[in-house]
Amino acid sequence: MLSKEEVKKVAALARLDLSEEEIDVLTPQLANILGFIDQLKEVDTTNTEPTAQVTGLSDVFRADELENWDKSEVAAALSQSPAGLEGNQIKVKKVLEQD
Amino acid sequence: MGIDMKLNELTIKQAIEKLDAGEITAVDLARACLDRIKEVDDKIKACLTVCEKEAIEEAKKADERRAKGEKGGLLGIPYIAKDIIMTKGVRTTAASKILENYIAPYDATIIKKLREAGAVLLGKANLDEFAHGGSTENSAFGPTHNPWDQELVPGGSSGGSGAAVAAEMCIFSLGTDTGGSVRCPASFCGVVGLKPTYGRSSRFGLISMTSSTDVPGAITKTAEDAALVLQAIAGHDKYDASTPEEAVPDYGEELKNSPLLRGVAEGRGVLAGLKIGLPIEYYGEGLSPAVRAALEEAKKKFIELGTELKDISLPHSKYAVPVYYIITPSEISSNLARFDGIKYGFSEPEAQNLLEVYSKSRGKGFGREAKRRIMLGTYALSAGYRDAYYLQAQKVRTKIKDEMDAALREVDVILTPTQPTVAYKIGSFTSDPLQMYLEDIFVIPASLAGLPAMSLPCGFDAGLPIGLQLIGARFDESKLFQVGCQYQKATDWHLKKPSL
Repeated sequence: MLSKEEVKKVAALARLDLSEEEIDVLTPQLANILGFIDQLKEVDTTNTEPTAQVTGLSDVFRADELENWDKSEVAAALSQSPAGLEGNQIKVKKVLEQD
Repeated sequence: MGIDMKLNELTIKQAIEKLDAGEITAVDLARACLDRIKEVDDKIKACLTVCEKEAIEEAKKADERRAKGEKGGLLGIPYIAKDIIMTKGVRTTAASKILENYIAPYDATIIKKLREAGAVLLGKANLDEFAHGGSTENSAFGPTHNPWDQELVPGGSSGGSGAAVAAEMCIFSLGTDTGGSVRCPASFCGVVGLKPTYGRSSRFGLISMTSSTDVPGAITKTAEDAALVLQAIAGHDKYDASTPEEAVPDYGEELKNSPLLRGVAEGRGVLAGLKIGLPIEYYGEGLSPAVRAALEEAKKKFIELGTELKDISLPHSKYAVPVYYIITPSEISSNLARFDGIKYGFSEPEAQNLLEVYSKSRGKGFGREAKRRIMLGTYALSAGYRDAYYLQAQKVRTKIKDEMDAALREVDVILTPTQPTVAYKIGSFTSDPLQMYLEDIFVIPASLAGLPAMSLPCGFDAGLPIGLQLIGARFDESKLFQVGCQYQKATDWHLKKPSL
């Protein structure tokens, strides 16, 4: 059975801030869904390869060449960063704290 | 066609004939649709954004191109795109608070192709947030209402796209289908929904949900129109490595010279020689009596058309929902990791440090179902659980795919109901997500196997539309169009419209 502590740990891994109330609702819901999914264990999959994609393509290569993207589209994409830009760089909060 | 038929009520085929004959202009057509949106969308809430000015500009350009001698295709045809598809310069929200003010900096490949074909973008359609859901109730901007009964859901996740076509706000719409998201609303709204083969139409510029099953498709008024839209959006794209360099047939030509039509010359049914498989697992318990009766009628119609019906068995179908609800949340937890409050989208202004920027922006920006799926996926992929859940689900996926492929070597197409019931009341499953997931039981297998599938109207239950689903072999959409067209020539379910 999934515990509230496990749910909190998963939320931390997912970088997802959840309220106590949300955790109370999610815990039994996730347990219920995982219980339903448990029926997959009854399928014999010895000698069955996993399927990750279905097109039959494998190892699609392309030349590792720099392609210039439309400048106005690049500017439009960069302009949406919430903390703004410095030159062509997106600003982020400090990663390392000073002692 | 009735003489009082309005322009927004035309099919693509009818509209192109009138445009090419010079009877109407693309501007007339766009205006008729925009007027209809103004008239009914307060009630339906299919559109999140309407780009009136841009649409009229594009329609004018289409008229100029036609004046210079261009014809046919989708030149001047107005459409609405699901708001998970990037449209340059136009707000693209995925129906999420986290992207509420996001302006797409470039066009998705399918939008670019439609622009080149001269189709006219009218606006962006509502959906379940990030396409997570089957009812459009998970939109951060409120639900869309079913045009047949506004207390009911339109299906989802492409619910706005389905409702917009059913309510004649556009000539066709684009949706995306990951586990039934085009077919479910088509069924609930009484229109045609095409999910192409995985990889047939490019995913470049879709806001990713489940990269191994996502595929953009069309919602139209007829099967023939679905062929016209796929013709325009299909094909290899260098920006989507999962699109094979598979030739795209001329669907119109194949419809005219269908090898399936040989029965006519021999004095048999028009689809003589065609084998249709009926998977016994899809006709068991859980199917509503009205849907079962409608499918029985459809079977009779297919026999009249000369086809041979054959019971088949797809025993792993029952595992499709549990497989889907491991693979999908797993891919979602990874795909939604890009929403971090830094590059674009909502960012929590009160965050004190980098970690808080991530977790608080995501905690405030995502809705209930997106959070549920991120949690489920992160759990399924985390240390100690990956083999038990994710790897086992991928192996069962192989079994589902292999048995469907094998069945489609014995029969030409598979016939099933699209949904076990007709549309239900808004709010029915709010507190029971698992029950809602089970509604997708008939549409998920074709998604996991990557097969093309199409939902067509096939009857009514107390005034609400019922859909049938045709599933075809990989990259054989053409056969679905041929079978669908003949079915629609023999029936008139697709001609019935909601009164609004």
